[in-house]
Amino acid sequence: MKLEYDLVIIGGGPAGLAVALEAEKNGVENILLLERDEYLGGILPQCIHNGFGLQYFKEELTGPEYADRFITQINNHKVDIKTETMVVKITPNKQIIALNRNDGLLCIKARAIVLAMGCRERTREAIAIAGSRPAGIFTAGTAQRYINIEGYMVGHEVIILGSGDIGMIMARRMTLEGAKVKAVLEIMPFSTGLIRNKVQCLDDFNIPLKFNHTITRIEGRKRVEKVTITQVDKNLQAIFGTEEEIHCDTILLSVGLIPENELTKEVGIRLDPVTGGPVVNENRETEIEGIFACGNVLHVHDLADFVTEEGEIVGRAVDEYLKGNRKFRSQPIKIFPGDNIAYVVPQHIDFIVPGRKKIKLFMRVKKPEERVKINLIDDKGRVLTAYKKRIVTPGEMVSVFLPEVLLDDKLKNITISIKRD
Amino acid sequence: MEQNKIICISCPIGCRMTIQSKDGKITSIIGNACPKGIKYAEEEFINPLRILTTTVKVIGGELPLVSVKTEKSIPKRLLLKAMVEIAKIEVKAQVKIGQVIKDDLLGTGVSLVATRNIKRVDSNLFS
Repeated sequence: MKLEYDLVIIGGGPAGLAVALEAEKNGVENILLLERDEYLGGILPQCIHNGFGLQYFKEELTGPEYADRFITQINNHKVDIKTETMVVKITPNKQIIALNRNDGLLCIKARAIVLAMGCRERTREAIAIAGSRPAGIFTAGTAQRYINIEGYMVGHEVIILGSGDIGMIMARRMTLEGAKVKAVLEIMPFSTGLIRNKVQCLDDFNIPLKFNHTITRIEGRKRVEKVTITQVDKNLQAIFGTEEEIHCDTILLSVGLIPENELTKEVGIRLDPVTGGPVVNENRETEIEGIFACGNVLHVHDLADFVTEEGEIVGRAVDEYLKGNRKFRSQPIKIFPGDNIAYVVPQHIDFIVPGRKKIKLFMRVKKPEERVKINLIDDKGRVLTAYKKRIVTPGEMVSVFLPEVLLDDKLKNITISIKRD
Repeated sequence: MEQNKIICISCPIGCRMTIQSKDGKITSIIGNACPKGIKYAEEEFINPLRILTTTVKVIGGELPLVSVKTEKSIPKRLLLKAMVEIAKIEVKAQVKIGQVIKDDLLGTGVSLVATRNIKRVDSNLFS
């Protein structure tokens, strides 16, 4: 069995698949893709709704179809694949400890590693809801897997906490399968999901969306029997006296995603406290040279298409790294989030790349704002360049281009700020 | 005079529009920020269409279900009726992506097609 590879990719979802295909296309040989599930595709096979691929393929696909485009390709390429294989440790000198039922414990040596482990859902414990601990409480993604893959219906009368995309999509899915979704609750005064999902998943089926509301108590002996919902104030604190009881047997939680970085932390890679993912340069390379990260393990994306794009950036970057033809800047340019910007990826720019025209920066805003300018500001407070946007919302990732011509040798910091236009 | 309120999904602004109509004909559309809103409002008012995605039971497959979609969009008012019809369907593995699971769903002329591959397994100990 082969135990030495030029590139080992951890995770066979959209990020890992894109890295493998793009790296191979650029001439990287000896690629191994490790996936802990039975199948490739990550979360896509359970996302049976449409809306995938509009950016990347310019056509509308469902999640399983989007995944299949890449899985079909990878089966025709020179990429070794091991499914049902769990990576338990990586080391700074790029050894990977993994295990599966056929091979037992494996120690694989790699010249480059790509972290593409995706993210997981926040649970009831993460948001500390009071009350009893009956059956009937699921994260939205778990319920999605039961209903769409395993064939189990999870409940009849449902309350959904969180108006992110998964929460809204599951509201529609439960309704189509015959459940009654009594309400979707959102603690913020705005939806954190795409507008299209609000219209086609909630409004189409007359499902009420209650802003500034949360669940403050869950009751039930064996199964969930009722919840107490409460209005919250500007500081997200429950307002006494606004409690309301709703009978239900099921609660779905769509309360945020956390990049799954246990391997990353253990190897000593620094994480960005806001994204929950590693700090990376424009190649999506972490602070350990030759270890890269992309997709939801780096920062949570709203579209799979952007994950693919990021995977392709890494696929090309791995090739350059392995060839050793990279030229570092005399000092990196650090990129900081300013007014109303939660985070920016990449966090720094390290390389001089002949012929490069621009660098795409991805960011998320903290709160919705209309008619704004996104200013890229240098160390001395000068605006390097600015982009107008009609609207920015936390639910939709924003991207702008940083033109290469602006990056002179002395530039140390760039801050990105949102200003009213 | 009738009034319908809809939210435009053409872009993230999500304009809240009001459509006024008389005898099923639009008399005015207000609240849109751009011409895309008018087009969206007209389509949504006259004949709102949706792609339906769901699952169908599989016999003898590696998984108990296969995900499916309507190949084209169907009238929004038929979504729940279509679900009842689709619940009656069983398909034998192997299922290939793109395979027609049912043609002419509810007389719409639109086919229901599989959106993933499901392999056949000879005996499934768990089913």
